Amino acid sequence: MSTATLGGRPTGAAALRRPVGVRLAWLAGGVVLLVVLFAASLAFGARDVSLDEILAALSGRANGVGEAAVTLRMPRTVLAMLVGAALALSGCAMQAVTRNPLADPAILGITPGASLAVVIGIAFFGLSSSYSYIGVATLGAAVASIFVYAVGSMGRGGATPLKLALAGAASAAAFTSLVSAILLPRVDILETFRFWQIGGVGGASWDRILVVAPFLGLGALICLASARGMNSLALGDDMAAGLGVRVGRTRLLAAAGAVILAGAATAIAGPIGFVGLVVPHLCRLIVGTDHRWLIPFSALAGAALLTLADIIGRVLTRPEEIEVGIVTAFIGAPVFIWLVRRQKVREL
Amino acid sequence: MTVEIVIAGRRTRARRRAIVVTALAAGVLIAYAVTLMVGQTFYTPGEVVQVILGQQVPGASFTVGTLRLPRATLALLAGAAFGLAGVTFQTLLRNPLASPDVIGISAGASAAAVFAGVTLGLGDQQVSIFALVAALVTATAIYLLSHKAGFSGIRLILIGIGVAAMLNSLINYLLSKAAAWDLQVAMQWLTGSLNGASWERVLPLLIVVLVLGPVLMSVSRSFGALHLGDDSAAALGVRTDRTRLLMILAAVALLAFATAATGPIAFVAFMAGPIAARLVGPGGSMLLPSALVGALLVLLADLVGQFAFGTRYPVGVITGVLGAPFLIYLLIRTNRAGGSL
Amino acid sequence: MTDDDRLSAQSLTLAYGDREVVHDLDLSIPSGQITAIVGANGCGKSTVLRALARLLKPRSGTVLLDGDEIHRLPSREVARRLGLLPQSPTAPEGIVVADLIGRGRHPHQRFLARWSAADYAAVADALDATGIADLADRAVDELSGGQRQRVWIAMALAQQTDILLLDEPTTFLDVTHQVEVLDLLTDLNRERGTTIAMVLHDLNLAARYADRLVAVRAGRIHSVGAPDEVITEQNVREVFGLESQVMPDPVSGKPLVLPRGRHHS
Repeated sequence: MSTATLGGRPTGAAALRRPVGVRLAWLAGGVVLLVVLFAASLAFGARDVSLDEILAALSGRANGVGEAAVTLRMPRTVLAMLVGAALALSGCAMQAVTRNPLADPAILGITPGASLAVVIGIAFFGLSSSYSYIGVATLGAAVASIFVYAVGSMGRGGATPLKLALAGAASAAAFTSLVSAILLPRVDILETFRFWQIGGVGGASWDRILVVAPFLGLGALICLASARGMNSLALGDDMAAGLGVRVGRTRLLAAAGAVILAGAATAIAGPIGFVGLVVPHLCRLIVGTDHRWLIPFSALAGAALLTLADIIGRVLTRPEEIEVGIVTAFIGAPVFIWLVRRQKVREL
Repeated sequence: MTVEIVIAGRRTRARRRAIVVTALAAGVLIAYAVTLMVGQTFYTPGEVVQVILGQQVPGASFTVGTLRLPRATLALLAGAAFGLAGVTFQTLLRNPLASPDVIGISAGASAAAVFAGVTLGLGDQQVSIFALVAALVTATAIYLLSHKAGFSGIRLILIGIGVAAMLNSLINYLLSKAAAWDLQVAMQWLTGSLNGASWERVLPLLIVVLVLGPVLMSVSRSFGALHLGDDSAAALGVRTDRTRLLMILAAVALLAFATAATGPIAFVAFMAGPIAARLVGPGGSMLLPSALVGALLVLLADLVGQFAFGTRYPVGVITGVLGAPFLIYLLIRTNRAGGSL
Repeated sequence: MTDDDRLSAQSLTLAYGDREVVHDLDLSIPSGQITAIVGANGCGKSTVLRALARLLKPRSGTVLLDGDEIHRLPSREVARRLGLLPQSPTAPEGIVVADLIGRGRHPHQRFLARWSAADYAAVADALDATGIADLADRAVDELSGGQRQRVWIAMALAQQTDILLLDEPTTFLDVTHQVEVLDLLTDLNRERGTTIAMVLHDLNLAARYADRLVAVRAGRIHSVGAPDEVITEQNVREVFGLESQVMPDPVSGKPLVLPRGRHHS
């Protein structure tokens, strides 16, 4: 960041830079939290297991019921972490690209768009493999995001938060409606789709994780690489161009990363909302707005949040389960409302 | 003379409105009549009239009297109610995209209805009451949450979107706990359906529409002033807070009762107002035209859903498939024209 | 200058939530004159105008209209005596000029919105007064900024009030249209005796067109009087924080403020 002076006064971020040490400490703390949550996720659920059983299962011996439960929970936990990280990263990138504090894959209608694509794929093309789901969902996510952004940025003021949110909500309503229209007469796929649509990590298995992991990895890498560009984008297109940033290219790259992440996460776990919205905001409060720190931290926090949500979902109504998408909605909506109230109306 | 220009201009516009409104009313009547006549068995207008007059006609009395008449009446009333509720919200929030379906009030009514009907297994009457209370509570909550140093339409819309997401999640959860056969019925209801229409369902809605319709029309003059912005409206002598509250209450009640009776028929509340505005031209009261457009939409969609395809689709699917592209078209139009955001 | 000030504020304190914006302010709007309220951004001038227009309830103090507390009067009554042009009025999509102007008749119309002969006459008169009779059947959306502003003024005129309040009526207009609008307001004042009170951000235009200037600083009245009295280098410095030279404007003879910056002094 430039430390040039104008009229004798130091500008901008120089005065606000957090010491690197503090950020590293927070990052380390995040990793520790994640490990703790991993253990907790293995331990708690419909049936609690003891530390011995966990260790036994981890070393490959699955003799008792407890160890079996742990073996089941491991891929589930890993998936929750991966999906949580992906969604948080996606939201972070979207907020940077659209300069919109309220951006989130679900609010912008992108996850419903992915859902619609998946339903069309299942209903009319008979798709059934995980790979095809991911491909189709990513395609749907891409088309939906282009569409919503295009519509939301027409007219006066460009893509203001309100216009984007409305475009997203309206598009989400449209997509959801079309999904219902396609599904209703097809009793055969209704059940499968309904289950998927709630948004859960319940059906996790190592094969499915292996299928989706490369995509998530790719998306994450792209987002990480665009981190510096995202910092500049925050200043506005004109300013960023003036600083020598290739605005169009940076935007496209970051958006691509966001879309791949959202698409893959939705394909494997169904539509889960609010993680992408809430996590970057909370992280910003802790590590500031430098995306080189914000991106990795968001990933950690997103993983932690979704794991926590999954644990809550499994424990709250045991032996029954609440799908993680529902828990995040109930946590996320109040935070979203709080965020909206904080903003000045003019900024919306 | 300027006065003559003004008079002539207004007369032309008034004439257009009168023609369009009459045409809409005629359309509604025709659609209603067709719904009564057409079906597995076709009944002539004469037979239909006889049944309406209370005479016993073999075969027709049951089919027309017990099945089709309530269905058609429900379609008409629900459409009118949705249309009125939608246009009221769109006017209040000065944004055609801010219909109660989008901002979470339908979701509240639906969630309560699913809870009452599926989880608790209650009957129609109680489901209606649950839906009504939930809609009122949701609307109040959204209104209060958005109230920070004054009323802000923008904040209300955004918070409504958040609340809608939360409630939709709740609906999904409740459905996931439902038995399989319940699921299909519930899903059908959630899209909006006229199946199982009965006079018991029609009656409460009839009363509400007949009472609240005129109530809304009585403040329709203030509609026009409110559309100009809160400051302008206040300057013109409108008691903005009081009028707004009345409008919201009336709109929410209409929406809740209609939703309880038929489920949230997708997009009708959203489409009726803008379609009416395009047909009738701007500048006059949108209430009656929107009610008529809403009724027409539902009646036509039901006819299409029942007879146009191999399978019978619930009315909400048809309006959804129609409404989605229209919504998108309107989005593009509103944004491109600068909108009233 | 005048004894009958139909509109006045006494000991007015206004606040948004906890934030007090205007403190214990006394202001009178002399009848039959053009009063301009000026001040730096955020000084509270728009807030004062909104309170005078009955849009804001004061935390303490009163606004009096014809001797009555404005908040005690029925809104219709106030609307018949006081017209307002707010800062960013919105017009319903596609509405026609004549219909929008007709909305101004709201306080005079009964339950049914049918236009009476008086309504038609008022609208026609407003169209003529603002010189837009030829635009009567056009859609407001299609008009230019200057024309649109004239339509809003015509709407306020159709209300047929003796007092007209305007909140920054020239802010988004280019220079030509700014002068057009202010000339129009002057016509109204001279020919019909309409009392005009407006918030203006352009000090020089305010000096030129106002009979009386009110300078507001940090929620309090800094100075009141004729433009010659209020626009002095000292006052400009105190109210706006601006170094300047004040001299008579060669076109109108009113005071002209020439700012002194770091590069031009």
